Amino acid sequence: MQDTSFQLGGIEFHSRLIVGTGKYRDFAETKAAVEASGAEIVTVAVRRVNITDRGKENLLDYLDPKRYQILPNTAGCFTADEAIRTCRLAREVGVGELVKLEVIGDNRTLFPDVAATIEAARVLVKEGFKVMPYVTDDPVTCLRLQEIGCVAVMPLAAPIGSGLGIRNPFNLAIIIEQAKVPVIVDAGVGTASDAAEAMEFGCDGVLMNTAIAGAKDPIAMARAMKLAVEAGRLAYRAGRIERKLYATASSPLTGLIG
Amino acid sequence: MLDSIATSITLNGDPYPLDADLPLTALLERLNMRRTRVAVEINHQIVPRARYDETTVRAGDHVEIINFVGGG
Repeated sequence: MQDTSFQLGGIEFHSRLIVGTGKYRDFAETKAAVEASGAEIVTVAVRRVNITDRGKENLLDYLDPKRYQILPNTAGCFTADEAIRTCRLAREVGVGELVKLEVIGDNRTLFPDVAATIEAARVLVKEGFKVMPYVTDDPVTCLRLQEIGCVAVMPLAAPIGSGLGIRNPFNLAIIIEQAKVPVIVDAGVGTASDAAEAMEFGCDGVLMNTAIAGAKDPIAMARAMKLAVEAGRLAYRAGRIERKLYATASSPLTGLIG
Repeated sequence: MLDSIATSITLNGDPYPLDADLPLTALLERLNMRRTRVAVEINHQIVPRARYDETTVRAGDHVEIINFVGGG
């Protein structure tokens, strides 16, 4: 069953799993996990260069931007201005226009500041960025971001790093039904079945970091997530059976012995 | 007389000594940074990579140099 193409800002991708690069022991482990996940897009954070430890290796030495689409994020930004500034700087590194926009509204939940996210998205789209916003699982917000010109919407499944899985499947179903741009579940995935569930709902992709990096064996979990995303996608395209309250026999009811 | 006074810039939030005006490329070399891995802002203005050669860092400048690190 040949899958349909998956495009973000005019770039075509085959893997529907996007992975983060945070919380790994070292860059070697990051690289091994990314490879095991089969991801073609990796998120990175934008931070000040460490001036005092200049011999330090660079993440891009392990994740070749020619091989991977680097997706800079605005993690840690609490205002639209900070997020816009971060995106402008990230673009100057020269890895393209795709950015993961997140403007955090609250430190404890890391839920997005929706108003600031919309404000930042508007400016960034005008400046030619291909914006992928991390948002609350709110259908109206996702509509607004789509109208502004974001190339995807990325509703959270649950709080970042919580591993709680999809907490609001009905909102997610509405978001998917309305969307004219790819819907990518971002944040909250805990294990493989959560990723498969997101894809079975009809999401176009899943973005995760902690579920892989925080697993006891991140490399094995990366592979599990790859398989889960593929399985969920295939199940969605295959078309699941209707749910029924009572049984329907699988074996013939005729030709019974006796 | 001013010339003899050691001056500095603010580099990534901290004071960084600078004896004289310095081309940005020289500063990056001094810091052992590859220009393909970083982005630079001087006094809140992004410096496009194509203009590194013609850009000078002066005493009192606020310089930010960023790179990519692991993140989700």
